[in-house]
Amino acid sequence: MVETQELKPQEKFEVATSAEQTKSGLVFAPNVDIFETEKEIVLLADVPGVNATSLGIDLKDNTLTLTGDVKQESITGGEEILSEYQVGSYFRQFTLTEMINQDKIEAELKNGVLRLTLPKIEKALPRRIIVNAKK
Amino acid sequence: MMLRQMLELPNYGWRSAFNDLENMRQEMNRLFGQVSGRPYWQTHAGVFPLVNIVEDTTHYFIFCEIPGMVSEEIDISATGRSLTISGERKIITEGENVKYHRREREGGTFNRVIALPNDIQVNEIVAEYIEGILTLTLPKTKTKNPKQIFVK
Repeated sequence: MVETQELKPQEKFEVATSAEQTKSGLVFAPNVDIFETEKEIVLLADVPGVNATSLGIDLKDNTLTLTGDVKQESITGGEEILSEYQVGSYFRQFTLTEMINQDKIEAELKNGVLRLTLPKIEKALPRRIIVNAKK
Repeated sequence: MMLRQMLELPNYGWRSAFNDLENMRQEMNRLFGQVSGRPYWQTHAGVFPLVNIVEDTTHYFIFCEIPGMVSEEIDISATGRSLTISGERKIITEGENVKYHRREREGGTFNRVIALPNDIQVNEIVAEYIEGILTLTLPKTKTKNPKQIFVK
């Protein structure tokens, strides 16, 4: 039997961006999963409220920057009666140690989850070194 | 001060002292609110998903962030003035030969009941799931015309 755990609410992690903000508002670091296979590095990020046009992915000098703007829902004449989470844009940076083939980066955004596939450059692929034992 | 008012005790000189304290408390709250962007005492219910509720004259609007779901897998049920949001957020396991650098995203089941201050029209609830955000529009039941009572 597979026992599934109950999901716990998480407070968003507020960050200070490296660049000075020209827009006012809160900035949060999205939760991410990063894993690596032999050929690629895959990054999954939870960015609810971000759409394809407001998402920014930038890879420069081994630094991967993710940004996402979220449009705050507003109800005219509405009054907030409960506010448990805050809305703001997303920002997070990563330093990549592997060489990435920038032309083949793929990004897919679905239901608030970004899946970014970063293929490694051929020469960075691990090579099996065969040791020849001389007799 | 509450106790004093409840027991209708005379206030004499105490009132001004308590008022000063009350004013100071309000001022502190205001200051803390400015620093963090939200009042410091405001927390959440500790149940996933966290919700924001907005009310206008005719509707309640409930917003919650549940990224990575399929709309069919979110169950919403409502009775009278309470609403239940439940489901399971699944994190797919990625192959066997993967090495993780970071694993912050969490999966699991959730089941949350939200009690609303007024009755809602259960059959008229509209639910939308866009970009990982669930938006529920709940029309309030129309208030019945006040019944006039004649005095004989």
